[in-house]
Amino acid sequence: MRTEAALYGLVMAFALCVPLLGIYPVFMMQLLCFAMFACAYNLLLGFSGMLSFGHAAFFGSSAYATAWLATAHGWGPAPAILAGMAVAALLGLVVGSLAIRRRGIYFAMITLALAQLVYFVCLEAPFTGGENGLQSVPRGRLLGLLPLNSDVIMYYVVLAAFIGVYLFIRRVIHSPFGQVLKAIRENEARALSLGYAIDRYKLLAFVLSATIAGLAGSLKALVLGFATLSDVLQGNSGEVILMTLLGGTGTFFGPVVGAAIVVTLQQYLSDVAGGWVSVIIGAVFIACVIAFRRGIVGELAALRARRRAR
Amino acid sequence: MSEIFGIPVAVILGQLMLGLVNGSFYAMLSLGLAVIFGLMGIVNFAHGAFYALGAFAALIGLQQFGINYWWALLLAPIAVGVVGIVVERLLLRRLYRVDPLYGLLLTFGLALVIEGTLHQFFGASGRSYPVPPALQGVFNLGFMILPIYRAWVIAVSIVVCFATWFVIERTRLGGTLRAATENAPLLQAFGVNVPLLVVATYGGGVALAALAGVLSAPVILVTSSMGSSLVIVVFAVVVIGGMGSILGAVISGLALGLIEGLTKVVYPEASNIVVFVIMAIVLIVRPAGLFGRE
Repeated sequence: MRTEAALYGLVMAFALCVPLLGIYPVFMMQLLCFAMFACAYNLLLGFSGMLSFGHAAFFGSSAYATAWLATAHGWGPAPAILAGMAVAALLGLVVGSLAIRRRGIYFAMITLALAQLVYFVCLEAPFTGGENGLQSVPRGRLLGLLPLNSDVIMYYVVLAAFIGVYLFIRRVIHSPFGQVLKAIRENEARALSLGYAIDRYKLLAFVLSATIAGLAGSLKALVLGFATLSDVLQGNSGEVILMTLLGGTGTFFGPVVGAAIVVTLQQYLSDVAGGWVSVIIGAVFIACVIAFRRGIVGELAALRARRRAR
Repeated sequence: MSEIFGIPVAVILGQLMLGLVNGSFYAMLSLGLAVIFGLMGIVNFAHGAFYALGAFAALIGLQQFGINYWWALLLAPIAVGVVGIVVERLLLRRLYRVDPLYGLLLTFGLALVIEGTLHQFFGASGRSYPVPPALQGVFNLGFMILPIYRAWVIAVSIVVCFATWFVIERTRLGGTLRAATENAPLLQAFGVNVPLLVVATYGGGVALAALAGVLSAPVILVTSSMGSSLVIVVFAVVVIGGMGSILGAVISGLALGLIEGLTKVVYPEASNIVVFVIMAIVLIVRPAGLFGRE
């Protein structure tokens, strides 16, 4: 426990000092958005045992909604983000209630197919800008006060949102609701026979996860100033799975580590390796599944547990 | 009878035929997916990548080695099948004892590797593969023009699907295969070499995808991403049909191709999504799929 607290303190201190350390704030914000996305995903895969292959739909639709409201209708950042989250939540409700009718492999295929449907809607709808997406989204002033055009202020807003989400997810998992989710993950039939309305629990977990993914997407749209098709593409769904898997499914901090590694890799590899990036990402995927399914944080935790047992 | 709802009949029939061609590919791909899933419990996400690999094998064979279409029809599936066998031996067989979801994740990574590599070597722009001379030209049926190659694709895929169904449902080998699907350890105790059966099934399923790739090469542009969007449609087809039944996979594949073709005539904007919408409806009405048992 003490080492965990110390580690959190260290990460926190680093996160607060980022603008002073001369690290490019936009890069860090992008990292935080994807870390939030991965944490949302982990809530579903890690703690409820549902493998969604379509989370880009929630991330992307929310990014589009926020970008569209901010550019075409001049909404401020706070209402635009809230509206984006509402869109993601609604979409999560629809996709979730269809997908939880099947389990395991089928669940994954259904979410994938429905996300592809969302992709085609984003491609062809009149207000999404087609292949170009929505460009130059204004960041505006948060609640009419904080000018988000400054990268430093925007960074602290994103950091605050991330910490809020992180604590919220911890709270959810440690609540009775979270315990039931874990029970469903471990043995669905038993949870059902104990009298829990498992479909309702699963659907609520799905909607929660979709909504947080939406928040991540909205923030990303404001940070980078655009929402494009790559936000809703199945590759984005794949990446968030990789982040979660690589960092450690079902650990709290794993998705953050995974997101940091994947985003950094993409940033630097695209200069060095060019078009080989997707090959490398695919290879990391295979390595994760074959060699360390617990992920980095999961393996470290297991190592510590083994040492302690000795 | 030259128009229905103001749309010329020839246009409708033409689109239906295109739909049937697409449906042939859906049927062949979902058939392979169903067979692989039945025996191995793995949803092969790389199926689309193997389909692309088949088309590229035919293309490379023609350009580099002068291998004509007819030989490609035989050699490309064999070559890709061998790749599949290597993948099964090296990677997939490590996953039989863990959650089937890991198989999906691994083959997803595999698809990224295969498609990324193809993209690196051949670029993003599509390449065309010539229609073989013997299959050029059209049949004039009087009420519509039928390109010979398209008729060929439909005929081949129906023959292949029927042959696969026959092997699995009516032969001794198929009986063994179905027995392994039901209870592999018991079958192994009877002295059947189950690991060999598994590797042959994966190789065969992948070869089927490659055959579809070769067949499709002359009618579409050959690109590294040609399989990645197709495989999602095929997943939807499989959810609609129910993965348990081979005949179900074939029928739903062909039927959804037809429906897609019809949508292109009536409301073109929806043609990309109609399969997914049907999937959603089927999930509401009959969650196990049209031909599935649960």
